[in-house]
Amino acid sequence: MALDTTQIQDKLVATFGESVFNFSQEKSIFSLEVASDKITAVLLFLKNDETLRFNFLTDLCGIHYPENDENHQFTVVYHLHNWIDNVRIKIKTYISGTNPEIKTVSNIFLCANWMERETYDFYGINFIGHPQLKRILNMDEMISFPMRKEFPLEDGGRTDKDDRFFGRTIDNC
Amino acid sequence: MSELLLPPEHRYAEIIKKRQNEDGSELSILNLGPTHPATHGIFQNILLMDGERILEAEPTIGYIHRAFEKIAENRPFYQITPLTDRMNYCSSPINNMAWWMTLEKLLDIEVPKRAQYLRVIVMELARITDHLICNSILGVDTGAYTGFLYVFQFREKVYEIYEEICGARLTTNMGRIGGFERDWSPEAFRKLDVFLEEFPIAWKEFENLFERNRIFIDRTVNVGPISAEKAMAYGFTGPNLRAAGVDYDVRVSQPYSSYEDFDFIVPVGKSGDTYDRFCVRNAEVWESLSIIRQALAKMPAGNDFHADVPDYYLPPKEDVYHNMESLIYHFKIVMGEVPVPVAEIYHAVEGGNGELGFYLVTDGSRTPYRLHFRRPCFIYYQAYPEMIKGALLSDAIVILSSLNVIAGELDA
Repeated sequence: MALDTTQIQDKLVATFGESVFNFSQEKSIFSLEVASDKITAVLLFLKNDETLRFNFLTDLCGIHYPENDENHQFTVVYHLHNWIDNVRIKIKTYISGTNPEIKTVSNIFLCANWMERETYDFYGINFIGHPQLKRILNMDEMISFPMRKEFPLEDGGRTDKDDRFFGRTIDNC
Repeated sequence: MSELLLPPEHRYAEIIKKRQNEDGSELSILNLGPTHPATHGIFQNILLMDGERILEAEPTIGYIHRAFEKIAENRPFYQITPLTDRMNYCSSPINNMAWWMTLEKLLDIEVPKRAQYLRVIVMELARITDHLICNSILGVDTGAYTGFLYVFQFREKVYEIYEEICGARLTTNMGRIGGFERDWSPEAFRKLDVFLEEFPIAWKEFENLFERNRIFIDRTVNVGPISAEKAMAYGFTGPNLRAAGVDYDVRVSQPYSSYEDFDFIVPVGKSGDTYDRFCVRNAEVWESLSIIRQALAKMPAGNDFHADVPDYYLPPKEDVYHNMESLIYHFKIVMGEVPVPVAEIYHAVEGGNGELGFYLVTDGSRTPYRLHFRRPCFIYYQAYPEMIKGALLSDAIVILSSLNVIAGELDA
């Protein structure tokens, strides 16, 4: 019995009402957004519900949108996979820019432990309740969160590699 | 002694102070790594040991972190393939192809059947080399050097095939959007035929050497077992998960590049211990060989090796020199001036170690807005401290090598 995307949507809306929204089918993956305070409840529901059975957390990562308004500056993206019906979904949740924090899901999916540490390491997103939230790939002494968009890859003083001379940038595309 | 290794406030120092063994012995700390000759890569584990038993382990990773995700945000698509090479460098072509397939999914490009089959062949060759190294190095770690040297020459043979296909050996940077950069030469097919003839004999002998070898069995059976539930919770995929008895394989569950055309079984183990991981990888090599044979037999006639997508596929060099149109396309592609839709894509393939996923967010500019690599090693290595709890030090080495943790993929 294949799991229908409308079925997922109906169940989630029936349980969480307005905390789940923006359902869409993006290429091969069904996506939705969740209010950040409901993320643990939604993931727990998706994992334990008898028909949904999203039993595997494939991926967890952060994205930085400095252009967005204050409450939508950071995103945590969860990719879940139901291995029984072979359905993937992507869940996005937006969090605030000045105080990015969200509840941990490492108690629901063990593998989220390091993925959250990685996200913290690169974006400075604070996962509340995480058992050991410290840097993982960068060194502990580091003070910045390097994947945030305000940190350029190369030395900003370089004049020999100006993006304007190499076609489009984000600003002029 | 322990003060030299750890700051006094470290929790292990506390544990050592509190613990009183009956025979008057005390716990010790062992720093395994970062550059330990037996760990094949840069891994540091601070071990709390009681004699030769490991009580706890604290892994530190990131020693070869190269900020690929940050670099990728500043590079046009063609310049990101060399980054993917350097993740799982034992099976670079799989990473390359996964990246092209992600882009093809983004750009809705249909790859010709023949190119898809060629990709399958090269990906399975890569899987063979990956498993070959993992299993033979596992042999080395248990004290059997011969098997390693014997099968390792066949990795060389595979690298010669890569050389014929793309010119490079280890970090292949193979392929283009829509297919390959050039058609495979007759020499490549000839070398492939020779490989298919000679390698199975060597692999059979390798198998015979280990599978029922008393010493090897003693060293690996019930060493580092992991249950199916635990493996799933820890995000295991690939051979390590299948060794625990879960038959999840991306090639079957979400076939890409025409894997649905081929007939193969997904070998599974039972107990998830080191021996099962070894056997699953062994069996997968046979399946890979069978897939390559099937792909060669079913190979569509003609010489299609790429999709017809002039916007993304570099024109032949002769045309660039003599033809205005081609020169323009060449310039635009090299400069990253290609039309890119705004989208979010997740594409996964079955890499050497499990589900290798690319999560690509584009904003219409010439570089990805965000590119996240789902690296199977990074995710399952977090189970390592639990798997070596209670094991002997020598077992820890064997477990690490049977998990096939590749430092490049771990740290990205």
